[in-house]
Amino acid sequence: MCLGIPARVVEVDQENGTAIVDVFGNKAEVDISLVPDAQPGDYVMVHAGAAIAKVDEQTWKESYELWKQMLDMLDKEYEQAYQQA
Amino acid sequence: MSKYNDLIEKSVRAIKVLLPKALERKGKDVIKIMHVCGTHEHTVTHNGLRSLVPPELEIIAGPGCPVCITPASAVDQVIDLALQGVRVYAYGDVYKLPGTKGSLATAKARGGDVKVVYGFLDAIKDAKESGKEGVFFGVGFETTVPTVASPIYLGKVPKNLKVFSVYRLTAPGLDKALEAHKALGVPLDGIIAPGHVSSIIGANAWRYLPEKYGLPTVVAGFEAYDYMLALVDLLQQMAEGKAELHNEYSRVVKPEGNTVAWKRVMEVFEVEDAYWRGIGVLPNSGLRFREAYKDWDAAREYGLKVEPTNKELPPGCKCAEINLGIAKPTDCPYFKKRCTPTTPIGPCMVSDEGTCAIWAKFGGGGLVMELAKEAGIL
Repeated sequence: MCLGIPARVVEVDQENGTAIVDVFGNKAEVDISLVPDAQPGDYVMVHAGAAIAKVDEQTWKESYELWKQMLDMLDKEYEQAYQQA
Repeated sequence: MSKYNDLIEKSVRAIKVLLPKALERKGKDVIKIMHVCGTHEHTVTHNGLRSLVPPELEIIAGPGCPVCITPASAVDQVIDLALQGVRVYAYGDVYKLPGTKGSLATAKARGGDVKVVYGFLDAIKDAKESGKEGVFFGVGFETTVPTVASPIYLGKVPKNLKVFSVYRLTAPGLDKALEAHKALGVPLDGIIAPGHVSSIIGANAWRYLPEKYGLPTVVAGFEAYDYMLALVDLLQQMAEGKAELHNEYSRVVKPEGNTVAWKRVMEVFEVEDAYWRGIGVLPNSGLRFREAYKDWDAAREYGLKVEPTNKELPPGCKCAEINLGIAKPTDCPYFKKRCTPTTPIGPCMVSDEGTCAIWAKFGGGGLVMELAKEAGIL
């Protein structure tokens, strides 16, 4: 039920609080009133016909790097344990 | 995709490093981690994640399916409305949900006026075009409520369309599951908080889990790598003896959530004690219309009332225990025998978010491993 689908905003109709979004190549009209600052080109999560949040690519890029560092460190530990075994 | 597959592979190895440390630190034989979102269960089962982690790490599906806990009496009442000629709008997910006298699907077959919609916007459009008296069957958790509350708040909903609110809040369900595990003497060790619920109520809403219960908690997204990273984070916290709230899904979830959305929900609705199918009444777990928005309240208009019936679940059906994470679908005598996704008899087999439906479609999570062991392959 809480399934969210990422979609790219194509066109915003501020007056009606709706937007045309592109979902994997399909166009759909969704309620955009919960994400009033969404602009064409932004990515939003769509749930039950409404955009519920913006997707922040920059944040993900930063956290991806942090996760990678952490996993690389643990990976070294794994390699050591594996070699000793 | 390759860089994300790399994250998964490295997470598998990180878990092998961290799990023995977590077990030692906690002095336990098994670490139990529970998620409370049907979409997380889908991620886990669809991607076979249980088979990627050692058996000493148990991944448990908790209460994450609003359709599964929607009371039978609520279904009965929308069936009655549909048969009386009121147009009932429902998500595809609840269409086959059984009440005590069939489902909306069987009501439609009997001539009832039932329309399946993808979202509330579709119901608004249809109600405006048809001018017919209509009731939207309001099932869902915090993610779904704002999609209905916002148009009502903004005055975009015609008066001929009412909403029957059987909305439920996730935290009281999660608390009940924690209680149930504790009562069995096998308390949980960590929580994966629901990503899209959190996008509305905010990651901070789960701060009470580490603070009150000492449970490490990670808000996670729905890709396989999101889930694996959350497991790594939780095990690392346990290995270090910490209990904190972390947000893996920061690309969508803000600490404070979507404040515009939640403000509108609280403007239109107020919190009340509510009944969860087969589980009981949970304090402060439901939403009812405030007086100022009574014109859209189907419960008031048609005198609808949700109460337990003596046929919430078929005798022997384990849906309530499965929702709380204290039983698995494979523990149920009906699972994949009398109860299948095409002919569900229990609510957990109906929705795409129901644990039974997910296990039936994508495999039993560990079942393959057991069979492999029996066959001497592992």
